[in-house]
Amino acid sequence: MSKAIEVVEKMADNAQAAIKYDKGAASGGLGSISIQGIGKSFATGKTTFRALENIDLEIGANEFVTIVGPSGCGKSTLLRIVAGLEEASEGDVGVDGDLVVGPGADRGMVFQGYTLFPWLTVRQNIEYGPKLKGISILERRAISNRYLRITRLESFANRFPKQLSGGMKQRVAIARALANGPKVLLMDEPFGALDAQTKLEMQEALLDVWEKEKTTVLFITHDIDEAIFLSQRIVVMGAGPGRILKEYPVTLPAERTSEVREHPEFLKLRRELTALLKHKEE
Amino acid sequence: MSKPNQAVKRKRHAMQIFEDIPKRGFGITATLSFLVMLAFWSLLSYGELVNPIFLPTPDKVLTSLFEQLGTSVYWHHIGISIFRVSAGFVLASIVAIPIGLLAGTYRYGEAFVEPPMEFIRYMPAVAFIPLIMVWAGIGEWAKILLIFIGCFFQLVLMVAADTRLVSKDLVQASFTLGASRWQAIQTVIIPAVQPRLLNTLRLMLGWAWTYLVVAELVAVNSGLGYAIMKAQRFLNTEQIFVGIIVIGLLGLISDRIFAFLNRRLYPWA
Repeated sequence: MSKAIEVVEKMADNAQAAIKYDKGAASGGLGSISIQGIGKSFATGKTTFRALENIDLEIGANEFVTIVGPSGCGKSTLLRIVAGLEEASEGDVGVDGDLVVGPGADRGMVFQGYTLFPWLTVRQNIEYGPKLKGISILERRAISNRYLRITRLESFANRFPKQLSGGMKQRVAIARALANGPKVLLMDEPFGALDAQTKLEMQEALLDVWEKEKTTVLFITHDIDEAIFLSQRIVVMGAGPGRILKEYPVTLPAERTSEVREHPEFLKLRRELTALLKHKEE
Repeated sequence: MSKPNQAVKRKRHAMQIFEDIPKRGFGITATLSFLVMLAFWSLLSYGELVNPIFLPTPDKVLTSLFEQLGTSVYWHHIGISIFRVSAGFVLASIVAIPIGLLAGTYRYGEAFVEPPMEFIRYMPAVAFIPLIMVWAGIGEWAKILLIFIGCFFQLVLMVAADTRLVSKDLVQASFTLGASRWQAIQTVIIPAVQPRLLNTLRLMLGWAWTYLVVAELVAVNSGLGYAIMKAQRFLNTEQIFVGIIVIGLLGLISDRIFAFLNRRLYPWA
């Protein structure tokens, strides 16, 4: 049995060069997101709670946009509406002009909590999406090899999730989402549960992956430094009801190393964002 | 600041709330517990504090156990009892697991399935015996049916509860990876529920053994329950003890098999 798998793995490696997994074809589009007039109300007993009010946001293909805001501003709800996991009370979301009516493979998601399938190995987790699509085992191996390499997880391919650290689990979650060739990648505070050091490493790893994949990313966080370090554009949301307060373009060099965190522009932006969020919380 | 006084420094107490203990400590304590039971039994029986007709001595029971196990009749009793338990239990599982999965997965399924089950499960299975005799006579099917009724309704509710414990996040993750509802059931709910399901089956098997004895107390001429009944008629308490101990051992063996399977089949859990 294991011999057979080994043989197949070898074949997959050989086939990799020949097949050359075409990401453009897999994702089938560019990945622009159009959020128009989104509102969301929850019924809580007799009163209704207004979680989101009139949200308009356009995100271009291959753009990395981060939404920051205090807890309770509805940023996660907005992301889940884009993912199709929740229904908006008003408004529409479109991805490349297609109306979002439910969750789908075109919008990959990385959750804050660990959502790897514990009964699958790292490799099987990454191959989950392609397997559902009916992609052949050979091609699947090529895909998982590629994403294991990009996320530097090659030596953990046959481990189960419970044998991985928190940071590694999120690496696998990113690899799993990307291996499915989504048009956009939605990330809901993916590094929120990690310790400070691992968090910094993961941010750099994410940018590294994004450089290679150039997929559209919509990233949610309440960590201002994380938002500035990662994104090309920052959208600040406020609570009561959840709405967009302001947008900031991030004009830092495209090459983001840890020195960027000392950059005058970085510090200036951090001051502005801190002031804005602080002011709003008072 | 005073230095900690070395002289009065004591070891931590061995009994710590919820804390793990060494494997050896567990084994020794478990053995001890059996020995205490045996000692108490010995005291009562050898000390003749209780009439030997009511409570035979351990050595008499042990002798009787080996005597019985030396006869083919007794092995026949064991065999037929195992057959009845397995048949009733397997049938109940086959029918109950899909229904339980359905009730645990969809709220409409829950609404359709659970209220009637909650109602029926409070009806004592034993009270069905007269009805079962009318329906199925007094043949093998009657015993299997009683075990089935005893297990089925509980099992549906327990499987539904297990299913609801599957992480919703995992299901949603599968949706964002392109799974349809049916694929989410196949590739997430069914694998995720399995370790808990196996544990539920293990608990249920214990109940199946209980219902077996009830079933075999009525109108039968084979099985361990019958052996116990027959021994009672002759006031042969040793043999009653043997019957109870054999059933206990069989239950323990099946329990250990399930525990082993759980570790073996689901190393990821």
